[in-house]
Amino acid sequence: MREDNAMTQLTATLPRGMAAEAAVPLKTQLRRAERMKKLKYGALIAPLVVFLLFTFVWPITALLKRSVDNPEIVAAFPATSGLLRDWDGRSLPSDAVFASFADEMGKTRGTPVFASAAKRLNMELPGFRTLMMKTARAMPPTDGQTAREAFVAADERWGDVATWQYLGRNASPTTARYLLASVDRKYDDAGHVVQTDADEAIYVAVLKRTFGMSAVVTVFCLLLGFPLAYLMATQPARIANVLMIFVLLPFWTSILVRVAAWLVLLQSEGLVNQALRAVGLIEKPLQLVFNSTGVYIAMVHILLPFMILPMYSVMKGISPAYVRAAVSLGCPPFKSFWKVYFPQALPGVGAGGLLVFILCMGYYITPALLGSPKEQMASYFVAFYTNQTINWGMAAALSAILFAATLVLYMVYSRLVGRQELAAKAR
Amino acid sequence: MTTIASRIDGAPHVTFRKVQKTYDGENLIVRDLNLDIRRGEFLTLLGPSGSGKTTCLMMLAGFETPTSGEIRLGDKVINTVPPHKRNIGMVFQNYALFPHMTVSENLRFPLAIRKLPAAEIDKKVARALDMVQLGSFGDRYPQQMSGGQQQRVALARALVFDPELVLMDEPLGALDKQLREHMQIELKHIHEKLGITIVFVTHDQSEALTMSDRIAVFNQGIIQQLDDPTALYEKPANNFVANFIGENNALPGYVESVHGETCQVKLDNGARVQASLGNPVKRGDRTMLSVRPECVQLNVQSLGCANRLGGYVREVIYLGDHLRVRVELAGRKEIIVKAPAAQHKHRFDMGDAIHVGINPEQLRALDPAIGAPGAAP
Ligand SMILES: Nc1ncnc2c1ncn2[C@@H]1O[C@H](COP(=O)(O)OP(=O)(O)OP(=O)(O)O)[C@@H](O)[C@H]1O
Ligand SMILES: [Mg+2]
Repeated sequence: MREDNAMTQLTATLPRGMAAEAAVPLKTQLRRAERMKKLKYGALIAPLVVFLLFTFVWPITALLKRSVDNPEIVAAFPATSGLLRDWDGRSLPSDAVFASFADEMGKTRGTPVFASAAKRLNMELPGFRTLMMKTARAMPPTDGQTAREAFVAADERWGDVATWQYLGRNASPTTARYLLASVDRKYDDAGHVVQTDADEAIYVAVLKRTFGMSAVVTVFCLLLGFPLAYLMATQPARIANVLMIFVLLPFWTSILVRVAAWLVLLQSEGLVNQALRAVGLIEKPLQLVFNSTGVYIAMVHILLPFMILPMYSVMKGISPAYVRAAVSLGCPPFKSFWKVYFPQALPGVGAGGLLVFILCMGYYITPALLGSPKEQMASYFVAFYTNQTINWGMAAALSAILFAATLVLYMVYSRLVGRQELAAKAR
Repeated sequence: MTTIASRIDGAPHVTFRKVQKTYDGENLIVRDLNLDIRRGEFLTLLGPSGSGKTTCLMMLAGFETPTSGEIRLGDKVINTVPPHKRNIGMVFQNYALFPHMTVSENLRFPLAIRKLPAAEIDKKVARALDMVQLGSFGDRYPQQMSGGQQQRVALARALVFDPELVLMDEPLGALDKQLREHMQIELKHIHEKLGITIVFVTHDQSEALTMSDRIAVFNQGIIQQLDDPTALYEKPANNFVANFIGENNALPGYVESVHGETCQVKLDNGARVQASLGNPVKRGDRTMLSVRPECVQLNVQSLGCANRLGGYVREVIYLGDHLRVRVELAGRKEIIVKAPAAQHKHRFDMGDAIHVGINPEQLRALDPAIGAPGAAP
């Protein structure tokens, strides 16, 4: 009886024990196998990841940081900046602030750190640099004079709250100033965000122009590229390959060479004008370059492959049977194309359009060489600020706005395509 | 002749007259097609790959134009009618369901094109979906359905606008065997219920035999035989058909004499047999005798047969209901025999001598020149 009991207990516990024994090694085995696989894949893409980190992620992050960076004042006057951050900004700061500012000014006077802080403040309020230089010479205060008296004696503007507000607003290591400026906004004396004066407000117009020109180029690329992509996707391989070579041909020469070639072709004594005049279509040469016409022609030419290739790859996957099916159901050919083929080609159109639009927004060389000042796009100003005035803040802020626009566009696109795919895929 | 009249007097629904088709100007893919398709029949175009079946169907649908000859729908020549005006339903091999539309949108498509009132469209779509037993699947996208379900949607879409003629190009090719057999029966029932004309393309002979009223066997751009399934199997018109449909044993020989419907043939291995005439053959002609494996009798069963031959068993394969026996006749000629398993269990083994009997009605003398590769029509 007892033995029986023991037996049943034994058999009852046996499977559980066995299962546990079997499960643990199996799981670890699986994990080990998976880990090996992951490591292998990881090792394969590691060089690329490192490369991208150094050439892409890091520079972009650094750039974005630059657009809100405000290091000069904090670097030159760390203690004063600290005190100013706690200041309410309504009445003149306390004596402690005056004292620390006088002290730090005396210490940094004449150093490059001081100079860049003065330059930075001059950006906020023209004339501030002179004020700083003048004041620094009077520092540290002479005996028996309080720091406050010394400042007001050096320049009476130090007795004004507004002067301190400029200092106070820049006492923190970050600022929205550049970002605001690149959408034509600024801080007024009271620290509110207001519109920039009409004569200085150019960036909204520039950004609008950038988007507008990109849109026009994209539309032209779409109109010219769609039929060609369709032709390539539907023709037998032999013809499609020849067409493909022509599409890719522009990629084989540098963009600068192509722009120069357009310059030669389009100028008033260029081939195009000569030909038109020889045929008798025009009397005097057309202005084809150094205006928007030239920019559009060259940009469409350069960006067309980027439109065609994604569309082609999508169209290649659409079986001609769909249009046939639509026709067999009684739908006239063109309508069939529009109702059945086009919706399926849409992801390609979207991808191509997005690619062209985004590339367009960053275009610099082509408008710079073939356009007039009226065709310059945002990246021209980025280059201007980086190369000529060395205003990293503005350059970074304009870039950040282009970057944000790109991200928004991409998200809209992936939403649209994602929804389409979601609808098409298993629920 | 009106459509009504043609329905009554049984005039053909579709007529191919001397139709030829070439794609490259050199090879005739369709050589001389003369075919009458009766109203309401289920006609199958059967043939090996590349024999021009799809091409014929595409010419009928209007996606290819005949190089010469004419195609009539009823009494109207449709050579120049564009495909979207032909009102012919079509089921494609890979279904071609529009992936960006739901099932019911797919079905609404042909009706919306015809500008039917919305209420009627809804009614027809629901009816078509019910017919293929997919009533609750209207909101799905084609990718969310199994191959068999997609197949049915394609069928419903080809039928929803009430065409009188429906073309199907290997519509069951992508399905697995079981589903394919199920769909064959279903398709046949739908055909019977609707009374439409169906032209069906396949290269699967059992599919053709299962469903068709008549079968047109294609090879090399011409119809080798157009007949109902029984006739096609039991009385193949030529060698190609005999070999293509079902299994066939071919025994070459010379015609020694002809007596009405039968003839005496001396086989190449020396044996003399009586055969019925498949093609007109004359005395002294070379002939190919054709017999189905299940029409060959073994041992006791062969006693009553007019033709008896001796041989050796070379292989026996047990297949449950029947045995598949390979018998070597004199002259190293081998034939395959299908013998009912119940009658022959353990009666013989490999290497045994055996008697083989064939009745002259089931041994058909065919002209080897007809239907052979490269032969003139
Ligand atoms: N568009 C075309 N251009 C050139 N040749 C073609 C074309 N379509 C078909 N052919 C040729 O015509 C011949 C018959 O083709 P078809 O598609 O009619 O054959 P099929 O009987 O339907 O064969 P399968 O059973 O493989 O579908 C083939 O040799 C094929 O190569
Ligand atoms: Mg085919």
